[in-house]
Amino acid sequence: MNTLGLAPALATVVRRDLILALRRRSDVLTTFFFFVIVVSLFPLGVGPEPATLRTIAPGVVWVAALLASMLALGRLFASDFSDGTLEQLVLTPQPLVLLVVAKVFAHWLVTGLPLVLIAPALGLQFDLPAPALGVMTAALLLGTPCLSLIGAIGAALTLGVRGADALLAVLVLPLYIPVLIFGAGAVSASAAGMAVTGHLSLLGAFLLIALVLGPLAAAAALRIALE
Amino acid sequence: MLEAENLECVRDQRRLFHGLSFALAAGQMLWVLGPNGSGKTSLLRLLCGLLRPEAGTVRWQGADVRAAREEFHADLLYVGHTPAVKDDLSGRENLRFGLAQAGIGADKAEVDGALRQFGLRGREDLPARALSQGQKRRVALARLALGRARRLWILDEPFTALDGQAVALVQSELAQHLTRGGEVVFTSHQEVDFGALPVQRLQLAG
Repeated sequence: MNTLGLAPALATVVRRDLILALRRRSDVLTTFFFFVIVVSLFPLGVGPEPATLRTIAPGVVWVAALLASMLALGRLFASDFSDGTLEQLVLTPQPLVLLVVAKVFAHWLVTGLPLVLIAPALGLQFDLPAPALGVMTAALLLGTPCLSLIGAIGAALTLGVRGADALLAVLVLPLYIPVLIFGAGAVSASAAGMAVTGHLSLLGAFLLIALVLGPLAAAAALRIALE
Repeated sequence: MLEAENLECVRDQRRLFHGLSFALAAGQMLWVLGPNGSGKTSLLRLLCGLLRPEAGTVRWQGADVRAAREEFHADLLYVGHTPAVKDDLSGRENLRFGLAQAGIGADKAEVDGALRQFGLRGREDLPARALSQGQKRRVALARLALGRARRLWILDEPFTALDGQAVALVQSELAQHLTRGGEVVFTSHQEVDFGALPVQRLQLAG
């Protein structure tokens, strides 16, 4: 027995959540296939006109990413809350804010990162040019962690509340709007041959703000949920 | 030293207790008694700092537990009403991760030793889903064997769902903890005989 520092404790939280995700693969796969199917439905529904598809592609991919990410949020703290793990997390000597960051990171690895990786393949269905596919991947790489971080606030606020899922959507989706505008905007700009650094810089700035404020707010909400 | 001063607890607009004070010195144990709904769990959660008291303060080594959180939590081991055991993880993983997130490092041999001590030999690798209620409690309580360095133990109904042998085991862990100079606060409906150990009883009215 020995006393562990902060880093091993945080690594433990990430590792445990990844192991749990691996043992409950169906949850993770649901999010992933939801994203794939929603995005794939649009070319079938809208028709095979390439110009139309290219125009709607950024919006469709981003809205699908928003919804898929929201679908997974319910699981972020709910099981920890009901089985008592959350109490134990709050009562550790580690700062709760950093434990929340660790949990959100693990959550993003299993729900956000797969979307980023599959997005270029889905973009091909919309006849997006190669540079636009690259920009879309970069924008999702910056944007999906924002979604997880912002979503963590909503997930923490709705813990133990009846009808949590619907409430979560109402709380969180409006906060996703800036990420949606600049994420989709980056892809549109690239497809139109314009510079995208502005959009990507703004997404990066959102990520930094979400990284600072999201866990703080989520940690405060978790403490309230346990009272 | 754990001190409570003039604590008042209100849950759902019902006052559970008020004007509650006690002081627990090193090597002492506090047994919280009372009928269902009298606020035993609330008192324990209040002492941990999970709940905010309506009035009064809880101090550990002279500092308010809600202000000096990190120092207090570094001395605290809490086993709550819900055992914090994940169904999808094995007993070994549950114990090891639970300790590591609290900053207690234990290697595999120590973890297995604690599980065996608590009668889970041969079940270390079973997912907790396959364990009985009492066995899950044992996994949660096995943290006591590895959390000896934590000076204050707060245990919510540690004897529930345990058989006679496990009750005796927890009792001996508690006794050892007191002789080490630790402090224990616990609730229990079961009559448990602690012999000559310094046990304070705190009766909540309900």
